[in-house]
This record gives sequence, C-alpha cells and structure tokens, in this order.
Amino acid sequence: MRYLSRRLAHGLLVLLGVSVLSFTFVALAPGDFLNEMKLDPRISPEMVAALRVRYGLDQPLPVKYVHWIQSLLRGELGFSFAYDRPVSALLWPRVLNTLLLTIPATVAAWLVAVPIGAWCATQRGRWFDRMCAWLTTVLLTVPELLLALGLLLFALRTRLFPVGGMRSPGLAESGTWQSANDLALHLVLPSVALILVNLPILIRHVRSSLIDTLAAPFIQGAHARGVPPSRLLFRDALRAASNPLISLLGLSVAGLLSTSLVIEAVMSWPGLGPLLLEAIAARDMYLVIGAVMCSTLLLLAGNLAADALLYLADPRIRADHA
Amino acid sequence: MTAASRRVRAWVVLLILLNTSVLFAGFIAPYPANQQNRITPFAPPTRLHFVEPAGQFHLRPFVYTIVSQSGTLDEYEEDRSRFYPVRFMVRGAPYTIAGFAADLHLFGVEEPARLFLFGSDQFGRDVFSRLLFGAQISLVAGLLAAGLAVALGIVGGGLAGFYGGWTDDAVMRIAELFLALPWLYLLLAVRSALPLHIDPARAFLLLVTVIGLVGWARPARLIRGMVLSAKRRDHVLAARAFGATDMYLLRRHVLPQTAEIILTQLTILIPRYILAEVTLSFFGLGVTEPVPSWGNMLAAVQRYDVMTSYWWMFLPGIALTPVFLLYYALANALHEHTAFSSP
Repeated sequence: MRYLSRRLAHGLLVLLGVSVLSFTFVALAPGDFLNEMKLDPRISPEMVAALRVRYGLDQPLPVKYVHWIQSLLRGELGFSFAYDRPVSALLWPRVLNTLLLTIPATVAAWLVAVPIGAWCATQRGRWFDRMCAWLTTVLLTVPELLLALGLLLFALRTRLFPVGGMRSPGLAESGTWQSANDLALHLVLPSVALILVNLPILIRHVRSSLIDTLAAPFIQGAHARGVPPSRLLFRDALRAASNPLISLLGLSVAGLLSTSLVIEAVMSWPGLGPLLLEAIAARDMYLVIGAVMCSTLLLLAGNLAADALLYLADPRIRADHA
Repeated sequence: MTAASRRVRAWVVLLILLNTSVLFAGFIAPYPANQQNRITPFAPPTRLHFVEPAGQFHLRPFVYTIVSQSGTLDEYEEDRSRFYPVRFMVRGAPYTIAGFAADLHLFGVEEPARLFLFGSDQFGRDVFSRLLFGAQISLVAGLLAAGLAVALGIVGGGLAGFYGGWTDDAVMRIAELFLALPWLYLLLAVRSALPLHIDPARAFLLLVTVIGLVGWARPARLIRGMVLSAKRRDHVLAARAFGATDMYLLRRHVLPQTAEIILTQLTILIPRYILAEVTLSFFGLGVTEPVPSWGNMLAAVQRYDVMTSYWWMFLPGIALTPVFLLYYALANALHEHTAFSSP
C-alpha cells in the first residue's frame, strides 16, 4: 500500500505542477473573454471595465492563481465567463461522457486484441500472423481524424446509426430502457473509431510480449512435460506477460485521451474534447485550464489504476514494496 | 551492407524525394491554389477521354468543358461540341519555386476548359493543385516541428544526462510535467495562448513552434538515457582524463552515440506532427483559409452534405495515409536495422 500512496502523492505534485504550467500558458494569451465585448458598440467601455474587475481579470497573475486555488478548494475550479457558471459544474458531465466513451471502448479493444495477439504469437510467421501484420499496418497509417470522418460517412450513407450527439431529440420523456438503448446506439460509432485506432498498437504489443514469454525456459519446460498448448498460452504465458501488458495499459491512457478528443469533436460526442475546443474559441480562460487539468487528472488516474493492477498482478512488485 | 540497412536507405531516399517534390508544387499543379471558378463549385474529377463522339481515337487524352445542368448547382454535364487536348509543359499562371519565378506547368488544358484531376471545392478551386500546395504547409510543418522537438530534446536531454545533479533533476521534472498531460490537450492549451485569428504565414511558424515546444520531453528523456550510458564508457573517461573539455566530449564522443535514437525519434515524430498540424487546422486553430493546408481543406467535409455528396473532398485526409506508410516503413526498417546491428 505504501507503493500506491507514494504514487498518489507523486500524482498530486504533478497536478500542481501542471496547474502552474497551464496557468502560465493561458495567462500569456493576448486578449481575454472581454475583448470581443470591447468591439461591441452596444456595451460601454465602463461596463467592460466593471466586468473586468468583477471577474478579477485586472489582477496580476500570481493573485489570479491564488484566487483559482481558493476556488479549487471550494470545488469550483474557477468561473466560466461564457457559460456564467462555475467551471466544475460544466466539467463533470463532460468528464462522465468521456469516460462513458473511453472505458468501454478500452475494455472492448483489449478483449479483441488479447486473443488475436496471442494467436498471432503462436502462429508466428504463418498466414494468420502475416495477415494481422498487414491489417495492423494499414490501420496504423489511417489517422484517427480520417477514420472518424469515414465512419461518419458510413453512418450517414447507411443510416444504421444515429449521427452526432449522445441522445436523439424527443426521447427525453420515454422510458429508461428506451433511452439506454438510444444512448448505446449513439455510442457505437465513436466507440468503434476509438477501438480501431487502438487495436493495431495493442495487437502488436500483445504479440511481441507473448513471443518473448513463450520463449522463456519455464514455458518450454511445461511444453516438454506435455501441458496442452492452449492452457499454456492463456493460463501461464498470458499471466507471465501481464507485466508489460499492464504497463502498456498505463502508457496508452495518454494516447487514448488525445484520440478521444479528436473523435469526440468530429462525431460531436459531448465529452471533454469539444468543450475544450469551444473554450479556446471563446477565450474562456478558466474553462481551458479546467479541461486541461481534468485531462491530466484522468491520465494520472489511469496510470494509478494501471499501477494498482500491476501491484495485484505481479508478485515481484508486492515483494519489493511490502 | 546488410539487407536492413539497404532498406533503411531506400525508404530515406523515397522520403527525401517526397519532401523535395513538395517544393515543385507550383510546377506540377496546373492552377494556382486560390484560383476560383465560381460557376463550377464541387465539380467532380474531370474525365479524361480518348475517343471522340464520332469514334475517332486520340492517343493524347482530351477533356470537355462542363456546364451545370439547369436547375441544379452541382450537377454537371460535358459540352461535347469542342474538345481540349491535355498538353504537357504549358505556360500558365506564374508561380515561384524557392524564390525563382516561373510560369511553366507540367500539364494543362486550354481555356476555358479546366482540368480538375481531383475535382473542385466549394469555390471551384482545383483540389489537386490545392493538395500539392497544401503539402507545402502540412508536410513541411511536420518536418520542421519534429526537427525543433528533437533539437530541444538534444539540448535538454544532453544537458541533463551529461551534467547530472540538479540540472538533471530540474530538466527531467519539467519533462515529466509535459509528459503528464495528454498530448493533444497540452498542444491545445499552448495553442490557446496564441491569438485566435492569425494571418496564415505567421500561423504556420507559430504552429511549428508550438508543436515542437510541446514535443521536446520524450526525445529529451531518451537522449538523456543514451548520454548517461555514453559518458561512462571507457573511451570517454579516458578522453576526459587527457583533459578534453565538456564541449569536445559532447560533440565528439557523446552526442554521436545518440544518432540512431535521433533518427528513430524523427521518423516517429514527423508523421505525428503532420497529423497535429492537420488536426489543428481542421478545427480552425491552425493555418487558415485561403492558404491551403490538408487540415483546413479536409474541414470542408464537416458539412454533412459535402461529406455525403463529394467524395473527392476526403482526398486531403486520404493523402495522409501513403505519407504515413512511408514513415512507418522507415521506422520498421530502422527497428530491424538496430535489432540486428547491436551486439
């Protein structure tokens, strides 16, 4: 447990560092939310100046940062000018939507990738392995932007799946079953995009780490003693290969969030990504910082989860940190 | 020379060809990037013909002018009363290549016919020409940004690894912060520090700088590791004992050790940064109209009617795939090369 608490403390420090970093970046930005208002002839300059004081935009950067930390402790994460609401109230539903998209998609991608990768590792060099190598290369060269657009085109052409958003309009009053069904249908397209982007990397890693493990003496020995290959593969080899695979899970969270941002924005899934893009376009400073902080938090949480899994799966780590 | 190093060399040559051919966009493209043809928006790719309606065969391909069908905006039919042969090495709109003015084009057709190899966009601009000029933005942005990221990585990682101590700690802690953010979120956070509307030439430079700045941490970390092990080698220690200065050691013994890592990092980063530029421009945060970039060209398909009706508008995105394939092939060849050559 000391191991995990140390990781947690480290994560909090990183969060603090990232907040300073993003604050500096965003504060360097020329102009702010009120700039657009200055151009509006219906709003007097005195009004703009008054708003500037009210929002604390006239304060120097360190003061702003202290105010922001205070509001963070109140659980507000600053104030969104464009939405006229505390940032946290805007962020949480978006974070949940992003999680709703990324977690099932990640689980699905792993469920597909592990058997395929394992099969490739045993069939090394044969036709199935070669076919997979080709398919993964092709998938790797298709950027997520194009993939998302292509899937959108597919949905528009075939009308099999709803396009955009996460709910059909007019379904608000219908039963829970129906709305859950509707949500699931909306989830299909972005999930498939996310899975397809992640699949090639996962398959390749599963394959290469299993190839390493299958060559290990204890596996060879078990094979010689007549342990059936399928049991050897899925019970022994996979378990021994779990360390690099779980590490990969932790490392892939960052890429997952970036990919998800693009897919959310293209397919107008109301997650964290589109919110950040809107906030940048509106010069909504605290919302930008909030979204960036949230993404960091998700990444750290993902890494921490991977660390915890590693701790459970690998007895060597438990022994080191007992 | 082993097979692996021959393959590396082949892919490098191909990539150099690709990137230099981008310079000649003005020569290959039949039209300037911003020449509008307002009467033919969303014209499909121009059909090349070899046989006249009368049945006469021509070896030289020819095209017809197109006229929009009455009552529609984007459906065209060919006017077969006169044909326009495709000519090579024709004089056309002036352009410059690396400062030299010219007006010779690889191919073209006589006015008023238009040769839209890849169709035309919403303003009737030639997508093929824009794709070539857009490559000057998108491919070069990736190249420069990756170069910048790796250069910063060499400085940061080199200093951290070579001097160790608090320099190492400071540099690596900052790198950790950069790595703690999901990459695209970080890029957007830095992008938000820039004005929203920038003129395209400045936007290009700023974008390259931002992407390069954001990407320094990973190469820095790898190069630091390499430097750390290189500086403890016996021949380096011996050189130091003979009184070699730090600069000499770095230049002569330590940094050359990192060459392979640098090349590998470049092949990984360049396609990623090409995509970064394309993505930012797609979302309207990068290079903006009227200057073509593959990203802002692809942005046209965000309209569902454009997406479903005009498939050629996807070409700026599809063009990424062969480019990426080349870089991945090089990365693979490099991987094999190092796997076999290292002891």
